[in-house]
Amino acid sequence: MKQVQQLDRVIIRFAGDSGDGIQLTGGRFASETARFGNDLATFPDFPAEIRAPAGTLPGVSSFQLHFADHDILTPGDAPDVLVALNPAALRANLTELPRGARIIVDTFEFTTRNLAKAGYPANPLEDGSLDGYAVHALDLTSLTVGAVQAYGLSRKDAARAKNMFALGLLSWLFGRPVTATVEFLERKFASRIDVRDANIAAFRAGWNFGETTEDFAVSYQVRTAPLPAGRYRNISGNVALAYGLIAASRRSGLPLFLGAYPITPASDILHELSRHKSFGVRTFQAEDEIAGVGASLGASYGGALGVTVTSGPGVALKAETIGLGVAVELPLVVVDVQRAGPSTGMPTKTEQADLLMALFGRNGESPLPVVAAKSPSDCFDAALEAARIALKYRTPVLLLSDGYLANGSEPWRIPHINELPDISVEFAAPQVDDFLPFSRDPDTLARPWAVPGTPGLEHRIGGIEKADGTGNISYDPDNHERMVRLRQAKIDGIDVPDLAVDDPDGDARVLVLGWGSTYGPIAAAVRRVRKAGGKVAQAHLRHLNPFPANTGDVLRAYDRVLVPELNLGQLALLLRGRYLVDAISYNRVRGLPFKAEELATVIEEVIAS
Amino acid sequence: MTEIHNGNGSLNGKGLALVPRAEGKQTLKDFKSDQEVRWCPGCGDYAILAAVQSFLPELGLKRENIVFVSGIGCSSRFPYYLNTYGIHSIHGRAPAIATGLAASRPDLSVWVITGDGDSLSIGGNHLIHALRRNVNLNILLFNNRIYGLTKGQYSPTSEVGKITKSTPMGSLDKPFNPISLALGSEASFVARTIDSDRKHLQGVLREATAHQGASLVEIYQNCNIFNDNAFEALKDPATRDDITVKLEHGQPIVFGTGDNEKAVRLSPTGGVEVVRRADIADSEILVHDAHNPDPSVAFALSRLDDPAFEHVPIGIFRSVDRPAYDQLLNEQVDTAIATKGPGSLAGLLHSGDTWQIN
Repeated sequence: MKQVQQLDRVIIRFAGDSGDGIQLTGGRFASETARFGNDLATFPDFPAEIRAPAGTLPGVSSFQLHFADHDILTPGDAPDVLVALNPAALRANLTELPRGARIIVDTFEFTTRNLAKAGYPANPLEDGSLDGYAVHALDLTSLTVGAVQAYGLSRKDAARAKNMFALGLLSWLFGRPVTATVEFLERKFASRIDVRDANIAAFRAGWNFGETTEDFAVSYQVRTAPLPAGRYRNISGNVALAYGLIAASRRSGLPLFLGAYPITPASDILHELSRHKSFGVRTFQAEDEIAGVGASLGASYGGALGVTVTSGPGVALKAETIGLGVAVELPLVVVDVQRAGPSTGMPTKTEQADLLMALFGRNGESPLPVVAAKSPSDCFDAALEAARIALKYRTPVLLLSDGYLANGSEPWRIPHINELPDISVEFAAPQVDDFLPFSRDPDTLARPWAVPGTPGLEHRIGGIEKADGTGNISYDPDNHERMVRLRQAKIDGIDVPDLAVDDPDGDARVLVLGWGSTYGPIAAAVRRVRKAGGKVAQAHLRHLNPFPANTGDVLRAYDRVLVPELNLGQLALLLRGRYLVDAISYNRVRGLPFKAEELATVIEEVIAS
Repeated sequence: MTEIHNGNGSLNGKGLALVPRAEGKQTLKDFKSDQEVRWCPGCGDYAILAAVQSFLPELGLKRENIVFVSGIGCSSRFPYYLNTYGIHSIHGRAPAIATGLAASRPDLSVWVITGDGDSLSIGGNHLIHALRRNVNLNILLFNNRIYGLTKGQYSPTSEVGKITKSTPMGSLDKPFNPISLALGSEASFVARTIDSDRKHLQGVLREATAHQGASLVEIYQNCNIFNDNAFEALKDPATRDDITVKLEHGQPIVFGTGDNEKAVRLSPTGGVEVVRRADIADSEILVHDAHNPDPSVAFALSRLDDPAFEHVPIGIFRSVDRPAYDQLLNEQVDTAIATKGPGSLAGLLHSGDTWQIN
C-alpha cells in the first residue's frame, strides 16, 4: 500500500497533439472529479485547425482542470501536473509550469524527428533542462500497445488508446472513481467492440501501472468540497446557455426558434438545441449570419421566442437586422460568444472586446439591452434574463458570453423548475378597430406584441420611422425626435437589479469592478488579497445596458476603481463617460483568461498607490 | 380547398391547406389599407397591387392569417397598401425573415414582395436558399430591370451596355435571367407574368398560392421614370403576339399569328428552338410539361429570350411536387415529441452524470 498525501487543491494540464484525444481525456477526468465531489473548473485550449500538422507547436491541444476541497473560481493559474504526450506539448506548456511541478511525458514520442518538429535542439529529457521538475519519463505508447495486444488492433490504433492509459494513471494518482469512465467508453465505442475493449484495457492498465510502478511513491487525495446541498452536474457554458434558452421557452410558454450559422465558438449551442426538438425547439441552420437573425426575427414576429447565436464576426453581419429589431420593437435574443478579434482574429481564443459593438454597433440611435454571463453555469441564468428582458420590453437583447465560458465547465447545482422566473407575456388581444401597434405600456414603454392570426390587429411594421401610436410611415421631424427618445427611454427604464458589492469589512477604499467571464479570476484575486490582509471591494456587472441604477453611487463610494478587462478598456470608457469616474484600467488581450495571481498583484499595487 | 383552381400548374393544391378560411365573403375593399399609395403615377406597381388586391378575396383566407414581407425598393412598399399583416424589412432580407415566420407558423399564408435589385443583387443568397429549401412562400419578384428608389442605376437584370447614372459608358456585366436562376436553385415552382395582363397575372397567382413550397413569380413591371417601355414589345398590339410565348401545361408551344405563327421544338443541339410552324409537323412541336421532374427543358425554355428580347415565354415554367421545408421541420418536431414524449425541463437539466451533496 502506497502512501497517500492530502492536498487541498490540484491543477492538472493534459497536453498533446490535437489528434490525441486531449479534450476527451480532460473531460473524463473532470467528470470523475465532479462525481467524486470536488469543486472544479476547467479550461480547454485548442487550435482552430481540426488537425494542425502533427507534432508541431501550433497543433498542441490542452485541457486544464483545477479541483479542490473548497469552492474555487478559476481553472487555476499554473499547473501542478503536466501530462505531455509529445515534445511539442512539453515545449508549449513548460513556461507556465512552476519549478517543482510534476511532468509526465511519453518518451516514445521523443524521437529526433519529433524533437526537431517541436524546435528542440536537444532532448530535454536528457540535457538537464528539466532538472527543477519532478519528471516521470514513461513510454506510455509502448505500455499501451502492450496492454491492448489481446484485441488485435493495428499498432497505430492500439497506440491511439494511450490517452486512456494516461487517464488511468492520473485517475490512480488522485484517487478518482473510475466506474463512470468505463461506462462512458462502453457507450462511446459500442459499435466497435475491439476499440472499446482496448480503450478500457488501456485505462485499467494505466491505473494498475500507477499502483505498481516505483516511479510514483505516493498518491494524492483531495477531499470533497463542502458545496451547498443539492443535486449537481458538471456543465459547460454553451450547454448551460442552450438549457437556459429552453428553460426560457418553457417559462414563457413560447416555442423556441433558433436561426444560426455555424461559427466558433458558438456552434455547440446550435448543436445542443438541435437535439431538443421534443421541447418544440425549431433550429434553422441558415445560409448565412444575416439569414440566421432574419429568420429569428421573422419567428419572433410570429410569436416565437426568436434567438440567434453567433460570435463577433457574425454580430457584425447581423447588425442591420438587429437595428430592424430595434425599430420594429420585437423580442429577439442575440447571443455573442465572443472570441479574439478583429476580423477572424483567433476563433478558439477568448476575449471581451465586443462590448462596444454590442452597445453601439448599429446605425442611428439604436439602443438595446446588454447582458453578460460571468461563469459557465451562469450562462443558464443569463440566458433566462436576456429572454425575460426581450419579451417584457419587446426588444433585441445582446447576450454576451465568450470562448472561455463556452468551453469551460464547472459543477452546477441544478435548480428546481419552480425556482425559475415566470417570464410569460401576453399577446395583444383581438379587437374590432383602431388598433395602435405603436401605443405603449405606460410602465415598460413596450408596444403591443400583435401576432399574425389575431383578428382586427392587421398592421404593417418596418424599418422606416413610424408615427408614434399608429405606426404609419412618418418623416415628421418632431415625431422622429419623440420616437428616438421613446426607444431610448424604454431601454433606460428596464428593471435591472442594483449592483451588489462584496466588501466584507465595509472599509475598503479600492473597488474592483468587472463584467462577464473575468468574474472567476477577479474573485480569486480578491480572496488572495484579503487573505494577505488587503482591503478590497468587488462588484460585477451582469447588465451592461442599462447599468444598474446605483452604479454611479457605488463607483463614487471608493477612492479608486480598478476595471480589469480582456480588451483595451471598453467598460472603463463607458464608466468614465457615464459617471465621470477616473477608472483605472487593467487590460490584457492574449486570447487567454486572467490569472488570479496577476490580478492580485495589480489590486495590491492599486491599494498601495 | 374547392375555391382554388387546381389545373395547369399545381400538382398538389396544398399550399394553403393549413391556413384558416374566412367565414364571410370577402371583397377587394377588405384588402385595401388606409394608406395613400405613393408610387410614381404610371408605375406598373399600381396594376400589380390592384391585381393582388382583387385576387386575395378569391383565396377566401382569414385576412389576419396573411402576411406580406418585403425588402427595400419601390416594390417593397407594397405591404403598406394591403390590409393584412406586413413587414417592410431591410434590403434583400425578406426571404430570410419570411422563412422564420413560415417555418414557425404553418397556419399563415406568407408572401414575399421583392424587386430585381432586392432579390437578385443584395439579397441573392437568401432568394436561392429559400427556393432550394422550398419554404412555403409566394415570392413575387417585380422585375423592372432598373434601380428605381435610388434613382436610376442599372440593376442585375439590366441589359449589357445600359447607360445609367452609374454607368455613363454602359453597364459591363451580364444580367441574370431570374427564371434560369430560380430553376438552377432547385425551385419547385417558377413562373413569369406581366403587370399589364391582369388575367394572366392572377392565373399565375392562383397556381402559385395552391403550390406547396416556394413559388417564384417573376412579374415584368414597367418603371415609367427610369426604364420606361422596357417590356413594351410584350404589350404593343403590333408586336406582342409575335414575341409572347405562352406556356400552358399539356399544350403544344405555339405562338404568333397568321404567316408568322411559330412553334417551339427540341433542338438537335440540345435546348429548344423557335421555328416556323408551317415548317414542322405537329408531332415535332414541344408539348409543355411543367410537372417534368427534370428541369432541363424548363431551363431551355427560360433561355428562349436570351440574349435578344425576341421570344419571351410567360406562364408556369415549372411546378413540381416536393415537400416544403416548414412541413418537414414541423414533422421532425412532431416525431421527436412522439418518440421521446414532450420534453421535460427537469429531465433535461438532470441528464448525464449528476450527484447529490447533502
